[in-house]
Amino acid sequence: MLSEYLSILIYMILASGITLVVIFANKLLGPSRPSARKSAAYESGIKPTGTARERFHIRYHVIAMIFLVFDLEIAFIYPWAVIYKTLGWAGFIEMMIFLGILIIGFLYAWKRGAFTWE
Amino acid sequence: MTLNDLFVLSPEIIVTVSALIILILDLFLAAEFKRSLAGFTLFGIVLAAVANAFIPIGSAPLIQGMLRVDAISQFLNLIFLVGAGVAALLSADYVKRQGIARGEYYALILLSTLGAMLMGSSANLIMIFLGLETLSIPLYILSAFMRTRSASQEAGLKYFLLGSFASALLLYGIALLYGATGSIQIDEILAKLPAAMLATPLFVYAGGGLLLVGLAFKAAVVPFHMWAPDVYEGAPTSATAFMAVAAKAGAFAALLRLFGPGLMQIDSAGVVIIGILAGLTMIFGNIAALAQLNLKRLLAYSSIAHAGYLLLAITAAQSTPLAGTAINGLLFYLLIYTLMTLGAFGVVILAEGRGENLSLSDFSGFASRHPWIAGAMAIFMVSLAGIPPTAGFIGKFLIFSAVIQAGEIGLALIGVFASVISVYYYLRVVYYMYMRPSTSERPVFVSGFIVLGVGLTAIAVLVFGIYPSVILQWLPQAASATLP
Amino acid sequence: MNFVWLVLALPLVGALLNGLCGRYFSKRVVGLIGCSSVGLAFAISIWTLLELVGGSDRSVIQTLFNWIAVGNFSVDVRLLVDPLSTLMILVVTGVGFLIHVFSVGYMNHDPNYHRYFSWLNLFTFSMLVLVLASNFLLLFVGWELVGLCSYLLIGFWFTRPSAAAAASKAFIVNRIGDFGFILGIFLIFAIFGTLDYSTVFSLLGIQTYSTTIMTTITLLLFVGAIGKSAQIPLYVWLPDAMEGPTPVSALIHAATMVTAGVYMIARTHALYQLAPFTLEIVAIIGALTAILAASIALVNNDIKRVLAYSTVSQLGYMFLATGVGSYTAGMFHLTSHAFMKALLFLGSGSVMHAMADETDMRKMGGLRSKIPWTWAVFLVGVLAMSGIPPLVGFFSKDLILEKVIFSGNTLLWGVGLFTAMLTAFYLLRAYFMTFHGKPRYDEKKIHPHESPPVMLWPLRILALLSIAGGALWVAVFGFSFTPLDNFLAPVFKDVVHVNAEQPEPLFSESTLILFSVLVALVGIGIAYLVYVRGFRLSEGVRKIFHPVYLILSRKYFVDELYNWVIVKPLQLLSRFLASIFDLTILDGLINGIGRLIGWTGGVFRSLQAGYIRSYAAWVLLGTLGILIYLLLR
Repeated sequence: MLSEYLSILIYMILASGITLVVIFANKLLGPSRPSARKSAAYESGIKPTGTARERFHIRYHVIAMIFLVFDLEIAFIYPWAVIYKTLGWAGFIEMMIFLGILIIGFLYAWKRGAFTWE
Repeated sequence: MTLNDLFVLSPEIIVTVSALIILILDLFLAAEFKRSLAGFTLFGIVLAAVANAFIPIGSAPLIQGMLRVDAISQFLNLIFLVGAGVAALLSADYVKRQGIARGEYYALILLSTLGAMLMGSSANLIMIFLGLETLSIPLYILSAFMRTRSASQEAGLKYFLLGSFASALLLYGIALLYGATGSIQIDEILAKLPAAMLATPLFVYAGGGLLLVGLAFKAAVVPFHMWAPDVYEGAPTSATAFMAVAAKAGAFAALLRLFGPGLMQIDSAGVVIIGILAGLTMIFGNIAALAQLNLKRLLAYSSIAHAGYLLLAITAAQSTPLAGTAINGLLFYLLIYTLMTLGAFGVVILAEGRGENLSLSDFSGFASRHPWIAGAMAIFMVSLAGIPPTAGFIGKFLIFSAVIQAGEIGLALIGVFASVISVYYYLRVVYYMYMRPSTSERPVFVSGFIVLGVGLTAIAVLVFGIYPSVILQWLPQAASATLP
Repeated sequence: MNFVWLVLALPLVGALLNGLCGRYFSKRVVGLIGCSSVGLAFAISIWTLLELVGGSDRSVIQTLFNWIAVGNFSVDVRLLVDPLSTLMILVVTGVGFLIHVFSVGYMNHDPNYHRYFSWLNLFTFSMLVLVLASNFLLLFVGWELVGLCSYLLIGFWFTRPSAAAAASKAFIVNRIGDFGFILGIFLIFAIFGTLDYSTVFSLLGIQTYSTTIMTTITLLLFVGAIGKSAQIPLYVWLPDAMEGPTPVSALIHAATMVTAGVYMIARTHALYQLAPFTLEIVAIIGALTAILAASIALVNNDIKRVLAYSTVSQLGYMFLATGVGSYTAGMFHLTSHAFMKALLFLGSGSVMHAMADETDMRKMGGLRSKIPWTWAVFLVGVLAMSGIPPLVGFFSKDLILEKVIFSGNTLLWGVGLFTAMLTAFYLLRAYFMTFHGKPRYDEKKIHPHESPPVMLWPLRILALLSIAGGALWVAVFGFSFTPLDNFLAPVFKDVVHVNAEQPEPLFSESTLILFSVLVALVGIGIAYLVYVRGFRLSEGVRKIFHPVYLILSRKYFVDELYNWVIVKPLQLLSRFLASIFDLTILDGLINGIGRLIGWTGGVFRSLQAGYIRSYAAWVLLGTLGILIYLLLR
């Protein structure tokens, strides 16, 4: 049974092996002349302001979570839409219940001010 | 899914719908009517309990083999609903006093209850995981519900981080068992296990072990208990009360489904491990509780210790002819544990007044100031210690006698010894209440809801101690239902 | 017989009434409820006795309700009414009633009057549950309830730290005994599959069980008896229990609680008969406790403590009797001791009442003329307990000694006889120090006064019982009148003597009686010489005996020993586990491992917040432990 996973194992070894080889080759071959500017955080070429370990506003997290919920919802609706005809009315009702619960959550988030940015 | 399936699931559906309605109601309700949300929560719970009493039970799995609504899940649902109901009673005025009276609170309690109910009736590993997460995530939020207090935040974060760690282990265990047997149906897994153990013993052992760890964490079994004292102490007391019973009851429901009779016949190693965990938990929980002066921490260690007694019942359930007795003991004990723990926390809520972190010395002379509340607390302590005529004694007696009949004399010895130790710290509370001059004048926050909750649990603990047949006559059917 | 449940119900109702509503009643009503509930229970007990004697059935079972029924396991709440339990309910309610009446006067000035009577009633109720139980589980319930009530009552004056400490001590020591007791019950259930007395005992006749099992069961049960009846090594709680109100001490020592162990052995004698080894242990522990407690009582100066050690010692006699298989003699001494000890304790309560709660006998003296009634009844009690004929103590103690020597245990008999002398000495010493000689108290401050009639009448009745109680069993010099033996005979009819080949006793019956009277007189004589005549040993001899005195007055250092061997280590362990183990060692361990495997430790460190990483690591360690066991097994 384990032999079925052999290819995966080989793949894992290769993947991590190549990564390690590249990193170490870089370290060995490339010249190393560190300076303050070089070791600063990379912010798309702009001069970094403050430290990289900066705190994010809680709003980002809220938005991210709401995004996640609706993103996953779509992942659920796609396959449903594909076999919608075979599921019939029962499938329709079930999906409506699911969406209904989701809408309640949406309403809740809206009313609680999750979408307003103060 | 058929209409009948929907009917059988009506308790779960009622709980879900109540939670949603509360969320919506909360948005449009003026602040002075927020108290009515507690009433609505209770209404939903009572409705679900009534539905639970009338659903037709059978042992065949429902909804593509996801759930199994049998007599055991029916009784477990009763335990969860009783726990949620009393917790709602205890919370109503407490959250208002602490300035955290928000509708989400009740919705979270209901959703968490839903998770526990799903765990209790799951016939499928995925369902167990889903139930566990539905149970846990609201609990993480409840722990951190007192947002302005850093202790509460810390509790929430700790619980969340460690809890997700345990969930990951559980999920890994599920994956391994699926890899070994090719099924996630519990009964199919059991059937395929002997063959799988010959083919890929590594997967089976590691999978089973990780499943056990994940659930043991939720039940606060030593050595996976470390989160419990900190979280219990930091969380709002009403949330602690609910957490102490919901998480434990849910975890033991799942343990019963997974490690109930049958599994260990395939390999005795499981009995050994669960036995060792039970022994460790009883000894450690009780001895560590001896040194506690903070009431919430004391109750936390006490709840750890009780997980040990409950685990004893799981070991006893392994010898097949006695499985019924052991499962009966487990179910009875879970119910009683729920009642007495909630009651004790209710008294803590009352006695805390407006402050927090009640210490033992705050109970000095409590009996002379508040004889009725002190009387109720004394009943809970005596019951937790397992002294007749309280229900705690009957519960311990049922479990210990099942363990002895199963031939695990050593474990029973440890159990009785540990419960002898426990008497000391439980009775120390009584001692402070009745035999110390009053020093602290901390005012009691008397609230009708909380007093009702404490009173009902105290009466129940006494009545079920003197006349346990009220409950026990329910049980034989429960145990005769086939497991898993 | 149909009303026997009222014997239980009445004290319970009394306890509830006084406990829940007592604060709204006047003291008169509280006292009336407290006394009448037990008094009525006593009346019903007498009725039960008459019915039992008149009827043909000597063992009646009354089912109240089905208590627990799970699967094949079922326990009913049933009352067993047979001569043994009837004797016990008579003693409990009878003596208990007198103590309740006495309390009306004694506790009159206490602000918690209703609480006191509520608990006193509850105590009586618990003992009655224990006695009337018809199965081991109900017996255990009563057993635990008695322990709980004693905790509440010993700590009744909880504002005194010593009282609170004594209450805890009593409870915890009792729980140690209960630990063995419940295991014994579990074992009975495991072996016999039932907890019902009658079923278990009839199974004994049908099947044969190995002696080892019987010995184990009986020894475990006996551990419970050791705790409850204050025998070596668990007797330490009883002397401290003096911290409670004096009538409570009387109740604990005379009617309830401590007699439970003796009763339990008599009740389960069918098991004990099959375990000769256990019986030997019972007899030896009984004899040792008797002499040890008596020797401590020799030097104690607290009147209540002297009586407490005397109880421990007398209980030793009862166990000695049961140990040689003479359960009837044990029960007889239990009854007679109930009369005498209730009398002595209530008498000492009356003395304390007169002396403004003084218990130190060194600060008494010359009270005879001040409180004549108390003096008279106390003297009766002291003489009865010392074994002076024709008082009741003479008959019961002599019976025990006779049974012991006839069973062939000459050494134990010697111990018993010697203890009888010590008993006479320390009791008379207490008596002389209290009532004779010159007053040693501050006569300007304390004006001893006789107690009110409500306290004196119970004393008079108890004195009468101590004088006439011998009528229950008179068997001396060929004259024989033994109603108690006849009454109890149906219960113990299956008892065959353990020592089948009985050796010829050393002495004849009449010689034995002379012996025991003689030793009592010798004890009394010495006490008289020392404490009335002022006889003193020479300085040199006293120096030799000084270490002995020291050991005795510190009670063989047993309390200190227990403190160091048991209490301290447990406290340390607890503190260790909760603080040091969790926070220091575990953390240190985890940190150490973290450093050891540096780069893996990054995983833990990334969790950052405080101790979470160590908690998580602990979870991981536990998981690894389980997996390693599973895989390497």
